[in-house]
Amino acid sequence: MINDTVVALSRWQFASTALYHFLFVPLTLGLTVFIASLETVYVVTGKSIYREMTQFWSKLLLINFALGVATGLTMEFEFGTNWSFYSGFVGDIFGAPLAIEGLMAFFMESTMIGLMIFGWDKLSRGQHLIVTYLVALGSNLSALWILVANGFMQDPQGAIFNPVTLRMELQSFSALIFSHDAQAKFVHTSIAGYVTAAIFVAGVSAYYMLKKRHLEIAKRSFRMATIFGVLSTIGVITLGDALGFIGAHAQPAKIAAMEAMWVTEPTPAPFNLAAWPNQAKQENTWALQIPYLLTPLLTHTMDTKIPGIAEIEADNVVRIKNGIPAVEALKLLSANPTDPAAMTQFKAHEQDLGYGFLVERYAQDQDVSKATDADIAKAAKDTIPDVFTIYWVFRIMVAFAFLMLAFFVFGVIYSLRNDIEKHPVYLRFAMWMIPVPFLACEMGWITAELGRQPWTVYNLLPTWMSASSHSVSYMVFSLIGFVSLYSIFIIIEMYLMVRAIKQGPDVHHGANTGGHTKDKSLGGSVLGGSYAPVHAKALMDEQSAKEV
Amino acid sequence: MDLYLGLKVLWWLLLGVLLLGLAVMVGMDMGVGALLRIIGKTDLERRSMLNAIGPHWDGNQVWFILGGGAIFAAFPLIYATAFSGLYVVMLLLLWSMIMRPLAFEYRSKIPTETWRNIADWVFLLSGALPMIIYGAAMGNMLQGVPFHFDWDLRSHYTGSFISLFNPFAILAGVLSLALALYMGATMMVIKTEGALAERARTAGSIAIVAAIALFAAGGVWVSLMPGFILVHSVDPALAQTPLTQTVEQVAGGLLANYRGYPILWLVPVTGFFGMIVGGLLLRAHRPATAWWFGIFAWAGVLGATAVSLFPFLMPSSSNPSQSLTIWNSISSQTTLLWMTGFTVVFVPLILWYTSWAFYVMRGKVDASKIENDPHAY
Repeated sequence: MINDTVVALSRWQFASTALYHFLFVPLTLGLTVFIASLETVYVVTGKSIYREMTQFWSKLLLINFALGVATGLTMEFEFGTNWSFYSGFVGDIFGAPLAIEGLMAFFMESTMIGLMIFGWDKLSRGQHLIVTYLVALGSNLSALWILVANGFMQDPQGAIFNPVTLRMELQSFSALIFSHDAQAKFVHTSIAGYVTAAIFVAGVSAYYMLKKRHLEIAKRSFRMATIFGVLSTIGVITLGDALGFIGAHAQPAKIAAMEAMWVTEPTPAPFNLAAWPNQAKQENTWALQIPYLLTPLLTHTMDTKIPGIAEIEADNVVRIKNGIPAVEALKLLSANPTDPAAMTQFKAHEQDLGYGFLVERYAQDQDVSKATDADIAKAAKDTIPDVFTIYWVFRIMVAFAFLMLAFFVFGVIYSLRNDIEKHPVYLRFAMWMIPVPFLACEMGWITAELGRQPWTVYNLLPTWMSASSHSVSYMVFSLIGFVSLYSIFIIIEMYLMVRAIKQGPDVHHGANTGGHTKDKSLGGSVLGGSYAPVHAKALMDEQSAKEV
Repeated sequence: MDLYLGLKVLWWLLLGVLLLGLAVMVGMDMGVGALLRIIGKTDLERRSMLNAIGPHWDGNQVWFILGGGAIFAAFPLIYATAFSGLYVVMLLLLWSMIMRPLAFEYRSKIPTETWRNIADWVFLLSGALPMIIYGAAMGNMLQGVPFHFDWDLRSHYTGSFISLFNPFAILAGVLSLALALYMGATMMVIKTEGALAERARTAGSIAIVAAIALFAAGGVWVSLMPGFILVHSVDPALAQTPLTQTVEQVAGGLLANYRGYPILWLVPVTGFFGMIVGGLLLRAHRPATAWWFGIFAWAGVLGATAVSLFPFLMPSSSNPSQSLTIWNSISSQTTLLWMTGFTVVFVPLILWYTSWAFYVMRGKVDASKIENDPHAY
């Protein structure tokens, strides 16, 4: 018997560990690309300041990368430890992109990052640049394969259920990787990483400009980051629009929730600019509507119907009723895979198998044969995700995207006019912008994953069935463990990140020809040594460097 | 031979290659971590040890991640059943593993003694514990694990967490730790100098002697343990579930394959050969060659386990007929074909650039440079 509390705790654990992991991933995705661009400028122009910039941003990258790797380990194992039914059910398809991610991308990224950090003296400039590019390529390819896997959960393409092995099996690898959802989400997510890195670099550079430190590095970084940021933010918004368009076909319930559309409106449907959704009453307590806007915004036409929540729920009642015989037949096939009558029955109802599974939760003894109409109605209600949360989280994400776009546009203007230092209010604002892309990324995850509920694999496998059959005490134990460890980690990480930023870039001595200058400005290696004098020396060195 | 059957056997072998890569590369770094406080007496010595593997540990750790991913892709039911069944153990493994990257990246960034001591203890814990669990997990597979399935293949583990640390499993865990210490110590002899390298040599020698004794003891123990025999099942070449077979437990069953094919005795012999020759080479000041013989040692130990179990991967002690075998826990033919394609292209590539990375960073660690390099661990 499946325990509701265990399922709920498993969901909380997965969501919190995934959201935590996703705090570090976007910055790595974007910063590696940004650093590769910096190093390209260094190799092309030979100007040592670009080398210093490359090394400084690499230092911050590494602090972030360590936690990204560490928390990524959790994700790789959590499907098996906590979602074992899911893993057995779709592992034939879902496992492949994860394994390929390791083979093709993560291995390269992790091997090369060691050389990127330690190889400055051992590699030629060209070799080092290639290594840096491979790190950036590796992290972005990682994102591709992870999102191919996620794309399958959102819109399962290229697979079919095999009643003999009782699981989903891969039919077409190309359908899996070229799923529209996966492709659009890959570009959307990786570019969101570029936006994150651009805001991060701009914010840290703004801090230096306000403090009048490392001005050369800060100004150049800022200019590159804002240009990078404008382009990336436009990309994120465009691909976000494409995702909505794709979702309208693949996941109507998610789209209806994102737009708080309770009933099917006559086309072209109005757009709820702001609303207060009430799930129990299935209506908006109040709504600020713009007539006719939603249909063209979402479907890019004036007359495509967008189904409302009530209609989706009613359709799903029919699908659940049709799915119950599929589950019953499957039970017979499990004992005897060659039972011809059971196979015929299964084939006739196969397309609604997942909907049949949905009612297990409410049926007596969790046996679908005993499901009543009331149970079916409850299961159908489940097919509508949490409208209020999705509606608002989605809206705030979009608002953040436009806020960042405006921020970058001003940044580019000031930067090109070369009077950025005359705008201290803007610079201060730039520092406060740093958390915004991180929050936006988290909200994107929530929209995508909460919006997919009640499914882990859309239309095929309910979340409620997917969890491992642990005891509540095991789940409490693991949840406490993750929360305590991760809290300690984030404190150490933030401390080191802030400290590294305050320390600033390494200052090189002697003729900066891009050669193998030894750095002496960081005394971090002296055990028990004090930082204050070292820091002061770094600042003095910078002063003298400027005078030269 | 039937294509699907061929792929099943191929992926069983590839699973072995993967577990071997994991044991060798991750095990080496774990060994270094566990030895950090034992053979590294000063902070500089410890930093020399960390910097010796510093440029590579990140890449090596991917063997662990790839291990998870490849088992998921090729043996989804093993991934699902083993990882959820051994829940608490897997979490301990995971938690100790995720503390390690942070200890690496952050240890030398804060120059206080307390902080670095904490980091060193983290290295000890996150080096020793995962290797013990890795070995103990193998030990439990040999004995069988209490689990069963519902009609829809929902798995239920019915044992306790403590029962996973039974005497045989602990022996297997300590063997795994000993081999990891040997590999780590050998690498330290290669990469460091002076008194530190000498202490590493001593540690490596002790570890390999322990490993030989433990492997021998484990072998005797295995010969006395009951094993599992497939009495009735669907043709291995066909797609199947663990719900349609009959399995029995018989005395001495873990040696059945060796009795059937005596040439298989070469597998454990390879293990002893690797350990003995490796140990002698280490004494004879040939640490690089000794390290390579460590791979034979690992291959022999993992291979002997696999031969004993074949065709089982994870037998059920509480419901033997629902045991997981190669035939019933593996992915579909299409998935295996695609995975084979990617493996054929990328594994040689990985081995090539990993070797290149080691080549670029070749030579002893220069202790004097560590103090001046802000990026040093």
